[in-house]
Amino acid sequence: MSQSAARSVIPGFGITLGFSVLYLSLLFLLPVAGLVLFTFKMTWPEFWAAVSHPQVVASYKLSFLASFIGASINAVFGTLTAWVLVRYTFPGKKIVDALVDLPFALPTAVAGIALVTLYASTGWVGHYLDLFGIRVAYSEIGVVIALTYIGLPFVVRTVQPVLADFEKELEEASAALGASRLTTVRRVILPAILPALLTGYALAFARAVGEYGSVIFISGNMPYKTEITPLLIVAKAEQYDYNGAAAIGVVMLAAAFILLLMINGLQWWASRRG
Amino acid sequence: MKPLINTAKKLALAAIIASGSFAATATTLLNVSYDPTREFYREYNQLFNTHWQAQDNPAATVRQSHGGSGSQARSVIDGLDADVVTLALAYDVDALRKRGELIPENWQSRLPLNSSPYTSTIVLLVRKGNPKNIKDWDDLVRDDVQVITPNPKTSGGARWNYLAAWGYALKKYGSDEKAYEFVEKIYKNVPVLDPAARGATNTFVQRRIGDVFIAWENEAFLAVEQLGRGEYEIIVPSTSILAEPPVTVVDKNVDRKGTRKAAEAYLNFLYSDEAQHLAAKHYYRPAKPEIAKQYLEKFPQVNFFTVDEVFAGWDNAQETHFNDGGRFDAILEAIARARR
Repeated sequence: MSQSAARSVIPGFGITLGFSVLYLSLLFLLPVAGLVLFTFKMTWPEFWAAVSHPQVVASYKLSFLASFIGASINAVFGTLTAWVLVRYTFPGKKIVDALVDLPFALPTAVAGIALVTLYASTGWVGHYLDLFGIRVAYSEIGVVIALTYIGLPFVVRTVQPVLADFEKELEEASAALGASRLTTVRRVILPAILPALLTGYALAFARAVGEYGSVIFISGNMPYKTEITPLLIVAKAEQYDYNGAAAIGVVMLAAAFILLLMINGLQWWASRRG
Repeated sequence: MKPLINTAKKLALAAIIASGSFAATATTLLNVSYDPTREFYREYNQLFNTHWQAQDNPAATVRQSHGGSGSQARSVIDGLDADVVTLALAYDVDALRKRGELIPENWQSRLPLNSSPYTSTIVLLVRKGNPKNIKDWDDLVRDDVQVITPNPKTSGGARWNYLAAWGYALKKYGSDEKAYEFVEKIYKNVPVLDPAARGATNTFVQRRIGDVFIAWENEAFLAVEQLGRGEYEIIVPSTSILAEPPVTVVDKNVDRKGTRKAAEAYLNFLYSDEAQHLAAKHYYRPAKPEIAKQYLEKFPQVNFFTVDEVFAGWDNAQETHFNDGGRFDAILEAIARARR
């Protein structure tokens, strides 16, 4: 510790570490500890019954799968958006750039109502999709759309600065050395942005798993079919079953933590390779 | 999160009180209520104040808080400083006793008529011209009818809907098994299960999904009134449940704040003729029989049954029907199995 303190340009390692630990504890660890403590009031069979009920299991599948799909869509189109925003100038670019952040600012309930208004079979878009027999609102697709919407800014905002710093000369060198466009993207650009992309992916995924407000308006909330896990937690709390609600919360938290850890591992691997 | 919000609320409240502290004699009451009573209590607060000041009391400021009945009850248990609560069902009020010991055991017998100064019932709202020709509960189990009602697990209002249908079937077909089948058939016809009544209204009115919307009578009136007359029609079923939204003083809070006198007067005055007429104006059925008689045209007669008569009280109804492993869960499972 003294070594790292001596080497650092800015002093104060001890005090900043202390502050970080305190800050994280108050804001994050305490509520999580409280959540886990709640479940200690349950016996093991009670806990298992609460978290493994078929209705709950069906909701895990939907919540995690829809979040995974939403984050994947964002990884592709978010990167594309970031690329366009960094590499090209066009009229109204500043406005588009600002629009990307809108999902952060808009209350999620508003987003949910707006999306369902568009995609319900009476809505502007849903009306046409209905002709092809595609039902978006009140189906699993609706859940994916809501989760994609709220996750978009994460990928764009993490990839954008990396792309902006990326030196164009590297691309030119690659082309001069005879690489095709695809090879340049695959071997030169992608490795450079991969760590940032994975971070954005992880953030979008984590945000989607916990999302409640926008989804409940568009999903139809049919038990065993389009019911997300956060809604079941609310249902448990509504019948004053705080323990059951906490139990499901702990399972979600643990699953999300493991998945995020895996993504972080991938990111570490990618940045070492790069 | 909740305690944090409550602390914030308290700080805000403290700021409000501090800023007005020179008027030391003024009383501030907080009425914690559920969603659709907002307009009624706004008008009632003025009515009460006129009456209260006429008795040589300083003006009372009544603040209102509205939200889902269950989450409002939880806020009060978690420390929201309510002087009185005016919620949607006795089960939520009783939670103040069971989980917070904020009110005594006999709270519901302290005021007349089960502490419910106004009542309502569950009716059926259909689209203009009643295209599916819906007359009574029996039409809700038809294969060609789609029903909109929120999820009784998350919505207090939806529990009334469920129990109304169950009670009707029980009276008509005579057994719990038959009633179970009847209610299961209704939920088979539900295409969207919103978590709260407001969302369900949105689904029926804005999204135009469903043929019939099961609703509180006062909300059905509001929908007809606000969303254009002639767009919707209210069908009053032959038999329905008597919805009694109860009120009570929150003893622990009023004794600490010294507001008991004003809080009790506030609730008692709900039983005055003026307040009863005001409730009728806002589409609640006046509980006092002599006033109710004057509104027979507005509120048609229904064969009422109560939660106590048919379900042996809210605790029982909650336990048997809505808690985990209850009959509603069984219905959901059966429907999911049938769909596979």
